[in-house]
Amino acid sequence: MAGLFFYMSEKIKKLNVSKPLVLDCKKTVKDFPLAYETYGSLNKNKDNAILIFHALTGDQFVSGTNPITKKDGWWVTAVGPGKAIDTNKYFVICANVIGGCMGSWGPKEIDKNTNEAYGLNFPVITIKDMVKSQETLLDHLGIDKLLCATGGSMGGMQLLQFCASFPNKTFSAVPIACSTNHSAQNIALNELARQAIMADPVWDNGKYLKKNTQPKNGLAVARMVGHISYLSKKGMQEKFGRKLQEKAEYEFSFDADFQVESYLRHQGFAFVERFDANSILYITRAMDYFDLSRQFKGGLVDAFKNQKTKFLIISFSSDWLYTTKENKDTVIALNSAGADVSFAEIKTDKGHDSFLVNEPEFLKTLKGFIDSMHIKFKNEKK
Amino acid sequence: MKKEFRVIADLLPRNIRVLDVGCGDGSLMSHLIKEKDIEVRGLEIVEENVKKCIYKGLSVIEGNAETELNQFPTKSFDFVILSQTLQAFYNPEKVLKDLLRIGKSVIISIPNFGYWKVRTSLLIFGKMPVTKTLPNSWYNTPNLHMCTIKDFFDFCIEKKININKVVGVNEETTSEIKKSNLEIKNLFSKVGIFLLK
Repeated sequence: MAGLFFYMSEKIKKLNVSKPLVLDCKKTVKDFPLAYETYGSLNKNKDNAILIFHALTGDQFVSGTNPITKKDGWWVTAVGPGKAIDTNKYFVICANVIGGCMGSWGPKEIDKNTNEAYGLNFPVITIKDMVKSQETLLDHLGIDKLLCATGGSMGGMQLLQFCASFPNKTFSAVPIACSTNHSAQNIALNELARQAIMADPVWDNGKYLKKNTQPKNGLAVARMVGHISYLSKKGMQEKFGRKLQEKAEYEFSFDADFQVESYLRHQGFAFVERFDANSILYITRAMDYFDLSRQFKGGLVDAFKNQKTKFLIISFSSDWLYTTKENKDTVIALNSAGADVSFAEIKTDKGHDSFLVNEPEFLKTLKGFIDSMHIKFKNEKK
Repeated sequence: MKKEFRVIADLLPRNIRVLDVGCGDGSLMSHLIKEKDIEVRGLEIVEENVKKCIYKGLSVIEGNAETELNQFPTKSFDFVILSQTLQAFYNPEKVLKDLLRIGKSVIISIPNFGYWKVRTSLLIFGKMPVTKTLPNSWYNTPNLHMCTIKDFFDFCIEKKININKVVGVNEETTSEIKKSNLEIKNLFSKVGIFLLK
């Protein structure tokens, strides 16, 4: 718990977003904090800036060591010195989404009107709200046009929204393992996560922070649901099979006999140390509401009209959360809009998680694309 | 085949939108960008080739032309190019129909099964031909629907497809093929390149 509630704020860079932001729920907010981190440095021509959008349980600490959790940044496999997104060469920016819990405006922040944590008084936010708030960061950092923007899963959804809302703000874009709307199955899995949290009596209608506690059991189950959906059946079978956890025989009890059970319990209970349960409710809701074609009155093609951005969509063959088919639908929409789009499916057993783990083919593709885009962007800027 | 690339480039005006179906590692796309300053997209089924294109900064979509051409809107490209792959499709007629829908013009090149070396291989030696343009053996060839320049010529007429220009390519030269010299060109061209509207 200590990690979650006693942040040393000097480790977190924050932008005060002073410009009023009209949320999709019609509320207007201003003067709220947006926490962010940057890696590498912006060059003189400002042609090396890359914006990364994080996924559901991510934060702004993409690379290096997360100063709060003391663990590796969530995308160290792809971002860092000499990595696919090379911070010796590129200036990497990532902001914590609003609704999150790593310093940005979210349900665990203090509501100035009541002097208590927002809890469920926090407004229901959307992917579009997240993206609009992050766009202000580019002004703050003095960047007119990004070299590239990327993100996987919810990060990819934010990126598609970013391209639709702010056309041509980035020279290139790599949406990874995502879709233009949430499928029924995705909504169902998110609902399972929310119900697990809300069924925990400690949750207390989101007011647990007043008692300085956290619905650990419910939140852990929510995380377990997520972890199952991030792996493929084959990947899980190969990793765990029916192996027993440090024992030779069944114990005829409900302890974690199987390694897969032990893994899920570990993931679940490690998660509650770093993440706020209400944030999960708010962010999963934002994902469920995401529907780009609905925003554009049913015309997904209209969402991508007049795009000069060069897209590379990447999917993973064993991802059943955001399937290749769904990723290809985005490609088709971009094609129909006459946008410049490339598409690659990475063949892997690692499921939806593929973009976060060391998947060489994926990392090579990402690097190859960004490096070639950098050459083109430099030429354009000349 | 560099000569084929040159013929294709010569058929194209500058500053247009081109789709290269079955673009391989992007050699033709790179060539066309350099020579003609055009906007070009590729469709390619082999994962390794797709990545090679991406590394070169070429726009490419991984996919199967047999089943995935429907993603491209009607008349969304000035030219659609299909280089030496028509014969490898299960249903070349359907693919061709799709190409003619997507492009205002279509350029198709075919390895000519009527080429004299191919004919002699079968006639004299009684064996399936293996040549530079047809490098595979009968058991591992991807080619399902081999045809000659004459076959494809007749096919276009039968299907009322407008043939704008045909160019024959062999080792040394390239030459225009017309109805009047079809028989002889069908014997001496390794590859036929058709411009269809």
